Amino acid sequence: MADMRSAAQNDQPLLVAEGLGKNYGRIAACRDISFVLYPGEVLAIVGESGSGKSTLLQLLSAQLAPSAGHVSYRMRDGVLRDLASLGEAERRFLFRTDWGFVHQDPAQGLRMAVSAGANVGERLMAVGWDHYGRIRQTASSWLERVEIDTARIDDAPRTYSGGMRQRLQIARNLVTEPRLVFMDEPTGGLDVSVQARLLDLMRNLVSELGLAAVVVTHDLAVARLLSHRVMVMKGGQVIETGLTDQVLDDPHEPYTQLLVSSILPP
Amino acid sequence: MPAMIEITNAEKSFTMHLQGGIRLPVVRGVSFDVNAGECVVLSGPSGAGKSSILKMIFGNYRCDGGRIGIRHAGVVIDLAKAEPREVLSVRRATIGYVSQFLRAVPRVATIDVVAEPLIATGTSRDEARGKAGQLLHRLNIPERLWALPPSTFSGGEQQRVNIARGFISDHPILLLDEPTASLDAANREVVVGLVGEKKRAGVAMVAIVHDDVVRRLIADRVVDVTSFAAVA
Repeated sequence: MADMRSAAQNDQPLLVAEGLGKNYGRIAACRDISFVLYPGEVLAIVGESGSGKSTLLQLLSAQLAPSAGHVSYRMRDGVLRDLASLGEAERRFLFRTDWGFVHQDPAQGLRMAVSAGANVGERLMAVGWDHYGRIRQTASSWLERVEIDTARIDDAPRTYSGGMRQRLQIARNLVTEPRLVFMDEPTGGLDVSVQARLLDLMRNLVSELGLAAVVVTHDLAVARLLSHRVMVMKGGQVIETGLTDQVLDDPHEPYTQLLVSSILPP
Repeated sequence: MPAMIEITNAEKSFTMHLQGGIRLPVVRGVSFDVNAGECVVLSGPSGAGKSSILKMIFGNYRCDGGRIGIRHAGVVIDLAKAEPREVLSVRRATIGYVSQFLRAVPRVATIDVVAEPLIATGTSRDEARGKAGQLLHRLNIPERLWALPPSTFSGGEQQRVNIARGFISDHPILLLDEPTASLDAANREVVVGLVGEKKRAGVAMVAIVHDDVVRRLIADRVVDVTSFAAVA
């Protein structure tokens, strides 16, 4: 019965965007964007800088209020709610527990001066965990999962390399078992070898945990490795969308063809 | 035997916007069926559209018209019009695809590359790895290589890893794009044996094979792709 219920829930959208738009004065950063994200689905938003993809991510994650349209999210009680209608407590619940947000710059998503263990444990305390031993144990097992030596649990992320910081940020986000994670250029600014390791890690975590994710990236290789579906943005609009391998192997729009043809062969 | 694949009047062209909008017709009027337990080999010269047809059946290339009927979980789904989620679900449970080249994630061990499709459909990691090991063993990939990522392997070794990954699942449909192209005689024979086992298990297969010997051994029927040539 529990299985049937969860199967039925998987058939229902987790996040719904309808006619989303955002204007800054007379400039339209996003125009008329609609899509549906299902549980366990990874959607990549690709496009060059200035295409509106980061604005869209902020609209979807309720960090920015849309000028037009709605974003709805299926809360844990199964009810689809317009984000604009949520009370402060419900919004806090989403940010602290049910959602993760991985920033391009780990310093934005971490507290750089407190220990790695505290960075991970803090999210647990925010949802009511109060047993120090259990918090530390869970934090430590998450460090292991993201391949950080647990001997470094008491060190502050200030002392970590860029790749380690990014992995710590991921651990901090996933420790509360969110259902949806937003990622903004998660591999940007990292060395290629570090990127590969991070991508492999994220790919495994997303599939093991059945996470839904919206990943903003300008790197089509990241989209290919991580996402099921892709939306290509240009000038604030979605110009092409489909299965990731369809869009990348058989791009239809001129701009998408330009993006795909600009990839250097490995 | 029910038809597992029913293709009717499928067509595909490419419009090259970066080359002044040239339209390259690929295939038109593609129509054939594939039954359970049978292997259909596509024939025709290079550039006739054989790989494109396989990609259309896999939902990798989007059709301009026509129908790609796929029997999936007891019903027939038109993959030419299916939603992305349906295509993914069809690929998870129904259609396997052995491409010409291995596209592996950096850093992932060979044994896990092969086991992954089984794990994705709910088999336990240990069981999936066990089965992956058996296939790698049959395809003569020595055990000392299993823990290494395949990116450093030779072309023939990579292709065998790819074949193991493609054959590990119990998908009722299997698409094979030149599975024996860079293999030696002994390994070609292993692949012929694997195809035979899939047939006996009732799997419907569509294959592109240039090697005449292999084609004779696995083909139940040959479909000549030149009859689907799309003239500009």
